[in-house]
Amino acid sequence: MKEFLNAASNWVVPLLLLGIPLYAIAVKKIKVYESFIEGAKEGFWIGVKIIPYLVAILVAIGMFRASGAMDLLIALLRPITSWVGFPPEALPIALLRPLSGSGTLGLISDVFQNFGPDSFVGRLVSVIEGSTETTFYVLAVYFGSIAVRKTRHALPASLLGDFTGIIAAFIICSLLF
Amino acid sequence: MNIVWLSLILLAVLTAAFRGTMSEVSKAAFQSATSAVELSIGLIGAMALFLGLMRIAQDAGLVQALAKLLRPLFRWLFPEVPKDHPALGAIALNMGANMLGLGNAATPLGLKAMQELQTLNKDQETATNAMCTFLALNSSSVQLIPAVVIGLRAASGSKNPSEIIIAAILATTCSTLVAVFSAKFFASLPYFKKSNPSGGDPK
Repeated sequence: MKEFLNAASNWVVPLLLLGIPLYAIAVKKIKVYESFIEGAKEGFWIGVKIIPYLVAILVAIGMFRASGAMDLLIALLRPITSWVGFPPEALPIALLRPLSGSGTLGLISDVFQNFGPDSFVGRLVSVIEGSTETTFYVLAVYFGSIAVRKTRHALPASLLGDFTGIIAAFIICSLLF
Repeated sequence: MNIVWLSLILLAVLTAAFRGTMSEVSKAAFQSATSAVELSIGLIGAMALFLGLMRIAQDAGLVQALAKLLRPLFRWLFPEVPKDHPALGAIALNMGANMLGLGNAATPLGLKAMQELQTLNKDQETATNAMCTFLALNSSSVQLIPAVVIGLRAASGSKNPSEIIIAAILATTCSTLVAVFSAKFFASLPYFKKSNPSGGDPK
Protein backbone atom coordinates (compact mmCIF):
# COMPACT_ATOMS: atom_id res chain seq x y z
CA MET A 1 0.00 0.00 0.00
CA LYS A 2 2.74 2.39 1.03
CA GLU A 3 4.81 1.61 -2.07
CA PHE A 4 1.76 2.05 -4.27
CA LEU A 5 0.92 5.41 -2.67
CA ASN A 6 4.46 6.67 -3.04
CA ALA A 7 4.65 5.54 -6.64
CA ALA A 8 1.25 7.05 -7.44
CA SER A 9 2.13 10.43 -5.95
CA ASN A 10 5.42 10.45 -7.86
CA TRP A 11 3.59 9.84 -11.11
CA VAL A 12 0.79 12.40 -10.80
CA VAL A 13 2.70 15.62 -11.52
CA PRO A 14 4.94 14.35 -14.38
CA LEU A 15 1.92 12.75 -16.06
CA LEU A 16 -0.05 16.01 -15.81
CA LEU A 17 2.94 17.96 -17.15
CA LEU A 18 3.08 15.64 -20.13
CA GLY A 19 -0.58 14.85 -20.70
CA ILE A 20 -2.10 18.34 -20.65
CA PRO A 21 0.29 19.96 -23.19
CA LEU A 22 0.15 16.83 -25.35
CA TYR A 23 -3.66 16.94 -25.49
CA ALA A 24 -3.63 20.71 -26.06
CA ILE A 25 -1.21 20.52 -28.97
CA ALA A 26 -2.54 17.33 -30.60
CA VAL A 27 -6.28 17.93 -30.26
CA LYS A 28 -6.67 21.71 -29.95
CA LYS A 29 -3.59 22.95 -31.86
CA ILE A 30 -2.61 25.30 -29.05
CA LYS A 31 0.79 26.99 -28.83
CA VAL A 32 1.58 25.31 -25.53
CA TYR A 33 4.84 27.08 -24.79
CA GLU A 34 3.36 30.56 -25.15
CA SER A 35 0.31 29.53 -23.12
CA PHE A 36 2.53 28.23 -20.34
CA ILE A 37 4.54 31.46 -20.17
CA GLU A 38 1.39 33.59 -20.04
CA GLY A 39 0.10 31.63 -17.07
CA ALA A 40 3.48 31.47 -15.31
CA LYS A 41 3.82 35.28 -15.39
CA GLU A 42 0.76 35.58 -13.19
CA GLY A 43 2.27 33.19 -10.69
CA PHE A 44 5.18 35.50 -10.08
CA TRP A 45 3.06 38.49 -9.10
CA ILE A 46 0.80 36.52 -6.81
CA GLY A 47 3.88 35.27 -4.96
CA VAL A 48 5.12 38.82 -4.41
CA LYS A 49 1.73 40.20 -3.39
CA ILE A 50 1.23 37.80 -0.48
CA ILE A 51 4.50 38.74 1.27
CA PRO A 52 3.18 41.50 3.59
CA TYR A 53 0.17 39.40 4.65
CA LEU A 54 2.30 36.38 5.35
CA VAL A 55 4.80 38.47 7.35
CA ALA A 56 1.98 39.89 9.49
CA ILE A 57 0.41 36.57 10.40
CA LEU A 58 3.61 34.55 10.78
CA VAL A 59 5.19 37.17 13.06
CA ALA A 60 2.14 37.12 15.34
CA ILE A 61 2.12 33.32 15.43
CA GLY A 62 5.90 33.16 15.95
CA MET A 63 5.72 35.56 18.90
CA PHE A 64 2.79 33.66 20.40
CA ARG A 65 4.64 30.36 20.24
CA ALA A 66 7.93 31.75 21.56
CA SER A 67 6.28 33.45 24.55
CA GLY A 68 5.03 30.16 25.96
CA ALA A 69 1.42 31.38 25.93
CA MET A 70 0.52 28.05 24.37
CA ASP A 71 1.55 26.22 27.58
CA LEU A 72 -0.80 28.45 29.59
CA LEU A 73 -3.65 27.72 27.20
CA ILE A 74 -2.96 24.00 27.47
CA ALA A 75 -2.93 24.18 31.26
CA LEU A 76 -6.30 25.96 31.13
CA LEU A 77 -7.87 23.42 28.80
CA ARG A 78 -6.41 20.28 30.34
CA PRO A 79 -9.13 19.75 33.01
CA ILE A 80 -11.83 19.79 30.31
CA THR A 81 -10.04 17.52 27.87
CA SER A 82 -8.96 14.97 30.48
CA TRP A 83 -12.57 14.85 31.67
CA VAL A 84 -13.68 13.55 28.25
CA GLY A 85 -10.62 11.28 27.98
CA PHE A 86 -8.79 13.22 25.27
CA PRO A 87 -5.08 12.34 25.63
CA PRO A 88 -3.17 15.33 27.09
CA GLU A 89 -0.23 14.66 24.74
CA ALA A 90 -2.46 15.34 21.72
CA LEU A 91 -3.72 18.69 23.07
CA PRO A 92 -0.75 20.86 21.97
CA ILE A 93 -1.04 19.40 18.47
CA ALA A 94 -4.76 20.11 18.27
CA LEU A 95 -4.17 23.72 19.38
CA LEU A 96 -1.17 24.36 17.15
CA ARG A 97 -2.65 22.78 14.04
CA PRO A 98 -4.53 25.84 12.69
CA LEU A 99 -1.52 28.09 13.39
CA SER A 100 1.54 26.25 12.10
CA GLY A 101 1.96 23.31 9.75
CA SER A 102 5.67 22.69 10.34
CA GLY A 103 5.28 23.22 14.10
CA THR A 104 2.53 20.60 14.19
CA LEU A 105 4.66 18.09 12.29
CA GLY A 106 7.46 18.67 14.79
CA LEU A 107 5.14 17.95 17.73
CA ILE A 108 3.77 14.89 15.94
CA SER A 109 7.26 13.42 15.52
CA ASP A 110 7.79 14.00 19.25
CA VAL A 111 4.67 11.96 20.00
CA PHE A 112 5.78 9.23 17.58
CA GLN A 113 9.18 9.09 19.27
CA ASN A 114 7.83 8.99 22.81
CA PHE A 115 4.76 6.79 22.37
CA GLY A 116 5.20 5.18 18.94
CA PRO A 117 3.14 5.87 15.82
CA ASP A 118 0.95 2.82 16.49
CA SER A 119 -0.12 3.90 19.98
CA PHE A 120 -3.58 5.42 20.44
CA VAL A 121 -2.13 8.94 20.73
CA GLY A 122 0.08 8.29 17.71
CA ARG A 123 -2.90 7.30 15.60
CA LEU A 124 -5.05 10.11 16.96
CA VAL A 125 -2.54 12.84 16.09
CA SER A 126 -2.08 11.26 12.64
CA VAL A 127 -5.80 11.49 11.99
CA ILE A 128 -5.96 15.06 13.36
CA GLU A 129 -3.15 16.05 11.01
CA GLY A 130 -4.96 14.42 8.08
CA SER A 131 -8.34 15.99 8.74
CA THR A 132 -7.49 19.63 9.56
CA GLU A 133 -5.59 22.45 7.90
CA THR A 134 -3.29 25.38 8.73
CA THR A 135 -6.31 27.68 8.73
CA PHE A 136 -4.56 30.94 9.64
CA TYR A 137 -1.92 30.45 6.97
CA VAL A 138 -4.53 29.63 4.32
CA LEU A 139 -6.60 32.67 5.27
CA ALA A 140 -3.63 35.05 5.28
CA VAL A 141 -2.32 33.85 1.93
CA TYR A 142 -5.63 33.51 0.11
CA PHE A 143 -7.10 36.83 1.20
CA GLY A 144 -3.69 38.50 1.08
CA SER A 145 -3.24 37.66 -2.57
CA ILE A 146 -6.29 39.77 -3.47
CA ALA A 147 -5.83 42.40 -0.72
CA VAL A 148 -9.14 41.62 1.00
CA ARG A 149 -9.00 42.87 4.60
CA LYS A 150 -12.52 42.26 5.86
CA THR A 151 -12.77 38.49 5.90
CA ARG A 152 -16.29 38.29 7.42
CA HIS A 153 -17.32 34.76 8.41
CA ALA A 154 -14.40 32.94 6.74
CA LEU A 155 -12.43 32.54 9.99
CA PRO A 156 -15.26 31.38 12.29
CA ALA A 157 -16.52 28.89 9.69
CA SER A 158 -13.00 27.53 9.09
CA LEU A 159 -12.22 27.23 12.81
CA LEU A 160 -15.50 25.42 13.41
CA GLY A 161 -14.40 22.99 10.69
CA ASP A 162 -11.04 22.44 12.40
CA PHE A 163 -12.71 21.96 15.78
CA THR A 164 -15.05 19.40 14.25
CA GLY A 165 -12.10 17.64 12.63
CA ILE A 166 -10.39 17.24 16.02
CA ILE A 167 -13.54 16.01 17.80
CA ALA A 168 -14.35 13.67 14.90
CA ALA A 169 -10.77 12.34 14.89
CA PHE A 170 -11.05 11.57 18.61
CA ILE A 171 -14.43 9.84 18.32
CA ILE A 172 -13.50 7.87 15.20
CA CYS A 173 -10.15 6.75 16.64
CA SER A 174 -11.84 5.68 19.88
CA LEU A 175 -14.25 3.54 17.84
CA LEU A 176 -11.76 2.14 15.31
CA PHE A 177 -8.60 1.53 17.30
CA MET B 1 -8.75 38.95 11.50
CA ASN B 2 -7.86 42.27 13.19
CA ILE B 3 -8.87 41.01 16.61
CA VAL B 4 -7.20 37.64 16.17
CA TRP B 5 -3.96 39.18 15.01
CA LEU B 6 -3.78 41.70 17.83
CA SER B 7 -4.77 39.13 20.47
CA LEU B 8 -1.98 36.81 19.40
CA ILE B 9 0.58 39.60 19.81
CA LEU B 10 -0.98 40.90 23.04
CA LEU B 11 -1.03 37.43 24.62
CA ALA B 12 2.55 36.86 23.49
CA VAL B 13 3.86 40.09 25.04
CA LEU B 14 1.87 39.68 28.26
CA THR B 15 3.00 36.08 28.72
CA ALA B 16 6.58 36.99 27.90
CA ALA B 17 6.50 39.78 30.47
CA PHE B 18 5.39 37.36 33.20
CA ARG B 19 7.61 34.48 32.24
CA GLY B 20 10.71 36.41 31.22
CA THR B 21 10.73 35.05 27.68
CA MET B 22 10.87 38.49 26.04
CA SER B 23 14.19 37.85 24.28
CA GLU B 24 12.78 34.70 22.66
CA VAL B 25 9.68 36.60 21.57
CA SER B 26 11.77 39.38 20.09
CA LYS B 27 13.94 36.89 18.24
CA ALA B 28 10.89 34.99 17.02
CA ALA B 29 9.38 38.15 15.53
CA PHE B 30 12.38 38.74 13.28
CA GLN B 31 12.83 35.08 12.46
CA SER B 32 9.18 34.70 11.47
CA ALA B 33 9.33 37.79 9.28
CA THR B 34 12.30 36.37 7.42
CA SER B 35 10.77 32.94 7.02
CA ALA B 36 7.51 34.50 5.76
CA VAL B 37 9.40 36.15 2.92
CA GLU B 38 11.34 32.96 2.19
CA LEU B 39 8.06 31.05 2.10
CA SER B 40 6.49 33.52 -0.34
CA ILE B 41 9.53 33.52 -2.61
CA GLY B 42 9.60 29.75 -2.43
CA LEU B 43 5.98 29.67 -3.53
CA ILE B 44 6.75 31.63 -6.70
CA GLY B 45 8.33 28.66 -8.45
CA ALA B 46 5.39 26.35 -7.80
CA MET B 47 2.98 29.18 -8.66
CA ALA B 48 4.58 29.82 -12.03
CA LEU B 49 4.74 26.11 -12.82
CA PHE B 50 1.14 25.26 -11.98
CA LEU B 51 -0.44 28.45 -13.29
CA GLY B 52 1.47 27.92 -16.54
CA LEU B 53 0.14 24.39 -16.78
CA MET B 54 -3.33 25.57 -15.86
CA ARG B 55 -3.27 28.12 -18.67
CA ILE B 56 -2.56 25.36 -21.18
CA ALA B 57 -5.39 23.28 -19.73
CA GLN B 58 -7.65 26.34 -19.92
CA ASP B 59 -6.77 27.12 -23.52
CA ALA B 60 -7.45 23.49 -24.39
CA GLY B 61 -10.87 23.65 -22.71
CA LEU B 62 -9.99 21.01 -20.11
CA VAL B 63 -10.63 23.23 -17.09
CA GLN B 64 -14.04 24.28 -18.36
CA ALA B 65 -14.96 20.62 -18.94
CA LEU B 66 -14.07 19.76 -15.35
CA ALA B 67 -16.04 22.74 -14.02
CA LYS B 68 -19.04 21.66 -16.08
CA LEU B 69 -18.89 18.23 -14.48
CA LEU B 70 -19.05 19.78 -11.02
CA ARG B 71 -21.71 22.34 -11.95
CA PRO B 72 -24.53 20.94 -9.77
CA LEU B 73 -22.29 21.05 -6.68
CA PHE B 74 -20.95 24.51 -7.52
CA ARG B 75 -24.43 25.93 -8.09
CA TRP B 76 -25.25 25.11 -4.49
CA LEU B 77 -21.84 26.08 -3.03
CA PHE B 78 -21.36 29.33 -4.97
CA PRO B 79 -24.78 30.51 -6.18
CA GLU B 80 -23.45 34.04 -6.84
CA VAL B 81 -20.86 32.87 -9.38
CA PRO B 82 -22.15 32.72 -13.01
CA LYS B 83 -22.09 29.16 -14.33
CA ASP B 84 -19.39 29.66 -16.98
CA HIS B 85 -17.12 31.90 -14.90
CA PRO B 86 -13.39 30.97 -14.89
CA ALA B 87 -13.42 31.06 -11.06
CA LEU B 88 -15.26 27.74 -11.02
CA GLY B 89 -12.60 26.10 -13.18
CA ALA B 90 -9.85 27.23 -10.82
CA ILE B 91 -11.87 26.10 -7.79
CA ALA B 92 -12.39 22.67 -9.39
CA LEU B 93 -8.64 22.27 -10.01
CA ASN B 94 -7.81 23.48 -6.50
CA MET B 95 -10.17 20.92 -4.97
CA GLY B 96 -8.74 18.19 -7.18
CA ALA B 97 -5.18 19.04 -6.15
CA ASN B 98 -6.22 19.16 -2.48
CA MET B 99 -7.90 15.77 -2.65
CA LEU B 100 -4.76 14.23 -4.16
CA GLY B 101 -2.69 15.84 -1.43
CA LEU B 102 -0.73 17.99 -3.91
CA GLY B 103 -0.26 20.98 -1.61
CA ASN B 104 2.25 22.61 -3.99
CA ALA B 105 -0.33 22.65 -6.77
CA ALA B 106 -3.36 23.43 -4.61
CA THR B 107 -2.11 26.81 -3.32
CA PRO B 108 -1.39 28.39 -6.75
CA LEU B 109 -4.72 27.15 -8.09
CA GLY B 110 -6.54 28.37 -4.99
CA LEU B 111 -4.98 31.83 -5.30
CA LYS B 112 -5.98 31.90 -8.96
CA ALA B 113 -9.54 31.07 -7.88
CA MET B 114 -9.49 33.95 -5.37
CA GLN B 115 -8.40 36.37 -8.11
CA GLU B 116 -11.24 35.21 -10.32
CA LEU B 117 -13.73 35.56 -7.46
CA GLN B 118 -12.38 39.07 -6.82
CA THR B 119 -13.40 40.09 -10.37
CA LEU B 120 -17.02 39.50 -9.28
CA ASN B 121 -16.61 41.52 -6.09
CA LYS B 122 -18.19 44.96 -5.82
CA ASP B 123 -16.12 45.98 -2.78
CA GLN B 124 -12.49 44.99 -3.30
CA GLU B 125 -11.67 45.04 0.42
CA THR B 126 -14.45 42.80 1.69
CA ALA B 127 -14.82 39.06 1.24
CA THR B 128 -17.85 37.81 -0.68
CA ASN B 129 -19.94 34.83 0.41
CA ALA B 130 -18.36 32.72 -2.33
CA MET B 131 -14.87 33.55 -1.02
CA CYS B 132 -15.82 32.63 2.55
CA THR B 133 -17.33 29.31 1.44
CA PHE B 134 -14.26 28.57 -0.67
CA LEU B 135 -11.95 29.38 2.25
CA ALA B 136 -13.96 27.17 4.61
CA LEU B 137 -13.70 24.35 2.09
CA ASN B 138 -9.97 24.86 1.68
CA SER B 139 -9.05 25.21 5.33
CA SER B 140 -10.97 22.11 6.38
CA SER B 141 -8.70 19.87 4.30
CA VAL B 142 -10.47 17.74 1.72
CA GLN B 143 -7.45 15.54 1.13
CA LEU B 144 -8.12 11.85 0.66
CA ILE B 145 -4.62 10.56 1.37
CA PRO B 146 -2.66 12.36 4.12
CA ALA B 147 0.67 11.61 2.46
CA VAL B 148 2.84 13.72 4.78
CA VAL B 149 1.73 12.10 8.00
CA ILE B 150 1.85 8.61 6.43
CA GLY B 151 5.46 9.30 5.46
CA LEU B 152 6.23 10.46 8.99
CA ARG B 153 4.62 7.33 10.44
CA ALA B 154 6.67 5.13 8.11
CA ALA B 155 9.86 6.95 9.08
CA SER B 156 9.05 6.47 12.79
CA GLY B 157 8.79 2.69 12.36
CA SER B 158 5.02 2.19 12.23
CA LYS B 159 3.92 -1.37 11.44
CA ASN B 160 1.16 -0.09 9.20
CA PRO B 161 1.67 3.60 8.31
CA SER B 162 -1.43 3.86 6.11
CA GLU B 163 -3.92 2.32 8.56
CA ILE B 164 -5.14 5.80 9.48
CA ILE B 165 -6.42 6.60 5.98
CA ILE B 166 -10.02 5.50 6.53
CA ALA B 167 -10.23 7.29 9.87
CA ALA B 168 -8.73 10.43 8.34
CA ILE B 169 -11.19 10.38 5.43
CA LEU B 170 -14.11 10.01 7.83
CA ALA B 171 -12.86 12.81 10.09
CA THR B 172 -12.08 15.14 7.21
CA THR B 173 -15.54 14.54 5.74
CA CYS B 174 -17.05 15.68 9.05
CA SER B 175 -14.81 18.76 9.23
CA THR B 176 -15.48 19.74 5.62
CA LEU B 177 -19.25 19.34 5.95
CA VAL B 178 -19.35 21.40 9.14
CA ALA B 179 -17.08 24.09 7.67
CA VAL B 180 -19.18 24.45 4.51
CA PHE B 181 -22.55 24.32 6.25
CA SER B 182 -21.43 26.81 8.87
CA ALA B 183 -20.12 29.13 6.13
CA LYS B 184 -23.56 28.90 4.52
CA PHE B 185 -25.28 29.40 7.86
CA PHE B 186 -23.14 32.40 8.89
CA ALA B 187 -23.80 33.99 5.49
CA SER B 188 -27.52 33.90 6.22
CA LEU B 189 -27.16 35.67 9.60
CA PRO B 190 -28.19 39.35 9.59
CA TYR B 191 -24.79 40.44 10.94
CA PHE B 192 -22.86 38.93 8.03
CA LYS B 193 -25.60 39.66 5.51
CA LYS B 194 -25.16 43.35 6.26
CA SER B 195 -21.46 43.21 5.36
CA ASN B 196 -22.00 41.23 2.16
CA PRO B 197 -20.42 43.32 -0.62
CA SER B 198 -23.07 42.24 -3.12
CA GLY B 199 -25.79 43.43 -0.73
CA GLY B 200 -27.42 40.05 -0.11
CA ASP B 201 -29.50 40.00 -3.27
CA PRO B 202 -28.17 40.01 -6.82
CA LYS B 203 -28.64 43.50 -8.19
